[in-house]
Amino acid sequence: MIKIVNYGSGNIQAILNIYKQLNIECFVASTPEELSDSTKLILPGVGAFDETMQELLDSGFQTELDRLVLEKKIPVMGICVGMQILAKSSDEGKLSGLGYVDGHVKKFDSLFFEEKPHIPHLGWNSINPTKEHPIFENIDFERGFYFLHTYYFSCTSIENRLASTYYGLEYSSAVNNDNVFGMQFHPEKSHSNGVQLFKNFANL
Amino acid sequence: MLAKRIIPCLDIKDGRTVKGVNFVDLRDAGDPVELAEIYSREGADELVFLDISATEQKRKTLADLVFRVAEKVNIPFTVGGGISSVEDVDVLLQNGADKVSINSSAVKNPQLINDLVAKFGSQCIVVAIDAKQIEGKWVVHLVGGKVPTELDLFAWAKEVEKRGAGEILFTSMDNDGTKDGFANAALARLSTELNIPIIASGGAGNMQHFTDTFIKGKADAALAASVFHFKEIKIKDLKEELQENKIPVRI
Repeated sequence: MIKIVNYGSGNIQAILNIYKQLNIECFVASTPEELSDSTKLILPGVGAFDETMQELLDSGFQTELDRLVLEKKIPVMGICVGMQILAKSSDEGKLSGLGYVDGHVKKFDSLFFEEKPHIPHLGWNSINPTKEHPIFENIDFERGFYFLHTYYFSCTSIENRLASTYYGLEYSSAVNNDNVFGMQFHPEKSHSNGVQLFKNFANL
Repeated sequence: MLAKRIIPCLDIKDGRTVKGVNFVDLRDAGDPVELAEIYSREGADELVFLDISATEQKRKTLADLVFRVAEKVNIPFTVGGGISSVEDVDVLLQNGADKVSINSSAVKNPQLINDLVAKFGSQCIVVAIDAKQIEGKWVVHLVGGKVPTELDLFAWAKEVEKRGAGEILFTSMDNDGTKDGFANAALARLSTELNIPIIASGGAGNMQHFTDTFIKGKADAALAASVFHFKEIKIKDLKEELQENKIPVRI
């Protein structure tokens, strides 16, 4: 069953609500032990990089996640900061990330923009898929998703980019490495596209 | 491209929507949850709930409402009205609000902005500013625009940004209720001088006003209440017109 990793990050309820609307079983795991029978994992995300990583380390979640994701190859989807911690490191913090997708998290630089930008990147933006994938089935890319972030994921290899979005630069708004998925936007706040994405993830 | 946001605002009293709402397809015109669902289906990008009740039960009623909205609505929503402490915000976010908006409490105690940002992050703290022009100067007002302060709009907005607010919701009391359009000159100045998103509020009367506030006012988002509640403007039509005017919107 799908388990949401509870490391004190917000927006868990929003994800639970959507799976409830979809009639798909989904539970919150507040300890590493509660992850043992999971078949899919979701890393939700509101918060800062180091704070989130520290919580994963202290709670013992990281060791169990490594086992499930790297050894058992269970599909995992990180959202927002939950996506950024999939990287190896971040400009936002000093701690190492989970490193499931090779990359580094950078801050939006106002030098990229022709006109002075407003940071964070906040609101609805389209995504441009760079490859076909079942996780994007029936998604309206133009209609897009709700974004709210100041840092972005910079993939080491373009191979790991699943979709890009333009905000001052074309950056990776969705990443993928084998069974690991990361979404920079908030599908739990993205109306019908978001619901569809959670459904697709459940069907993987 | 990042879309300009259209945000209907719902006034809430004792857990019910106030101001006559003219929706024939509503089973219960006073139910904020049902109205929120309709707006979200029609293409609203976000919602704002402004609680104007003044009862002792207020906090509990509002928290319950937030919980019920979050259960049904899959777009971001902000809750404001009488929020004055870290505890108030904690309860609302726990119940599923994405952002909270503070107004008078921030003017009375600016440190509150820093405290909220430190605890919850910039992304969920919106500071609402009501202002009107007095002898050519934009003066910040309290209590729904009734009480003037000594604060200059632009100076206060910059301080709000410096203290870490994630967004500013600017209502021009001169324009509010006039249906004559938004305060675009002041909005453009805010948008240019600040680095955080600005939501325009007050004055929406027709679709052209929205085009103007995005182009002339350089606003990131536009908020309105009655034109949506009374169906004078349909969100779908509005977005189509904005798109024709080359303004990026989510359709």
